[in-house]
Amino acid sequence: MDWTAVILSVKLALVTQLFLLPPAILCARWLALTSFRGKAWIEGLLALPLVLPPTVIGYYLLVAMGGNSFLGRWFEELLGQPLAFSFSGLVIASALVNIPFAVQPAQRAFEAISLEVHEAAKCCGLTFWQTFHRIELPLAWPGILSAMMMTFAHTLGEFGVVLMVGGNIPGETQTLAISIYDRVQSFDFSAAGTMSLLLLVISLVTIAVSYGMVERLMRRRRSP
Amino acid sequence: MSLFLELRHNGPQLDFSAEIPKGQITALVGPSGSGKTSIIRAIAGLLKLKHARISLAGEAWDTERAHLPTRERSIGLVPQHHGLFPHLSVMGNVETALSHLPSQQKRHRATECIRLAQVEGLEGRHPHELSGGQRQRVALARAIARNPQVLLLDEPFSAIDRGTRKHLYLELRRLHNQLGNTVLLVTHDLDEAAQLASHLLLIDHGQLLQAGETTKVLTRPRNEQAAQLLDIPNVFSASLEKTPAGLAELRWGPHRLQIAATDRTPAGRVKFAVLPQNILLVKTDKPWGSHLENPIPTQVQDVVALGGEVLVSLQVKGLNEVQLQMRLPERALRRYPITSGSEVTVCLRSSDIILLE
Repeated sequence: MDWTAVILSVKLALVTQLFLLPPAILCARWLALTSFRGKAWIEGLLALPLVLPPTVIGYYLLVAMGGNSFLGRWFEELLGQPLAFSFSGLVIASALVNIPFAVQPAQRAFEAISLEVHEAAKCCGLTFWQTFHRIELPLAWPGILSAMMMTFAHTLGEFGVVLMVGGNIPGETQTLAISIYDRVQSFDFSAAGTMSLLLLVISLVTIAVSYGMVERLMRRRRSP
Repeated sequence: MSLFLELRHNGPQLDFSAEIPKGQITALVGPSGSGKTSIIRAIAGLLKLKHARISLAGEAWDTERAHLPTRERSIGLVPQHHGLFPHLSVMGNVETALSHLPSQQKRHRATECIRLAQVEGLEGRHPHELSGGQRQRVALARAIARNPQVLLLDEPFSAIDRGTRKHLYLELRRLHNQLGNTVLLVTHDLDEAAQLASHLLLIDHGQLLQAGETTKVLTRPRNEQAAQLLDIPNVFSASLEKTPAGLAELRWGPHRLQIAATDRTPAGRVKFAVLPQNILLVKTDKPWGSHLENPIPTQVQDVVALGGEVLVSLQVKGLNEVQLQMRLPERALRRYPITSGSEVTVCLRSSDIILLE
């Protein structure tokens, strides 16, 4: 069992959530509550990681983060190290790939709040932020919880983009999924099997717990 | 000072201006899709219109240039499906409207509103644990919490069973007597408007058809469209003639109907209406039968008893196409038994004949 890879994967999943969820929640709310021309294009753009091959996304990210790109140079100046093949680069790649997993469940949850509830909040004299944290966030919580769990599980299992952007540097970018691939390449099927089972169990538990919690929340807050 | 409204918009179509009297319950009545909810939402500041002028007691809420945000308007809203916050208890729902108060005052005021709306004992319950009537009362408690000058009720009784509704009517009247604020009640139910509101605004296709005291609007429709909305079946065409003595007369087929003198309506083709309950059944063989006001011979077509009332369709003699609908209390039928096919005379008093514009 490659514990360094396990710890790195969990760390990547948590840091990805930390950076991704706040803007994803605000974006989900914005998409759920506003209607404008070109909205379908924005939603399509955010859902692209679901349909594009990870290698394609990985390739573009690698180009964007490389020393020849503006972003790559800017980060290199800021951090003193290149973005590609680093943990920071991995976090950015992971956050981008997880956008649909974070935005879509939250967006569905915000959409499920009735117009009457939004309007009642305004009539109660609540400001935008008061409405957001007292009414909208608690009501959208099952969807946000889903978004958290899905992002966590998906980051743990992400392979293609991580390999393209981060390579295979133990302790820096070698996540659990890549470590499994590495062990299979070197015919260490026993370690690959143990880690695969671990990933399977973590993913199953995460999703089952998430579904269970969402259902319990929904039951408790059945709409009147 | 009353609430003044001047609203114009395309989609939803609105061309509406009205003055809603202070401290009274005013009903906004119209069919589905007539723009009632849009008007309520515009008053609350929830719907921005192309042209809106809304002011309360001289304070402008909407002008050509300014739009006061909802939270700064002195309004309380009870939406059609109550709009309760499902994740908060009854107390939490009411307290949400009081976030401007310190917590002790907040609890005190919320308790007071819960008592006024008669939902004491349910403070800890969540909306899904309440009946329709209880939810409606909680929504009302929350709406009055900020002590609004204008209370907006958007078909608040539509999703509530008849028995509970009657009870809630009484409670709303009691609450209004205590608070004395201006209430605008949206409804498509004329009986509800008649029972609750002192004033009535009749609206269709976003336009005001008639406004005034409820009893006057309900019994004196201004035009044919208003008569239709008020469910008055007896609308007919006739020819208006002025007599040399300055009196007015309607020529209705072979019949001549004396009407109250009118200077406003010119002679010629006119429409007139008579309320079914104002058609009087008379016995011509009685001594007073000889000097009846506008007697009309008819033949009974149909008699239907309906909850304490009898609806009678009458074929007017000499006017084959014309059917009069008459409404009688059931006990009247016991006194003057009439059956299908029998010939009866009815009387249309001149004061009950309404000339339509």
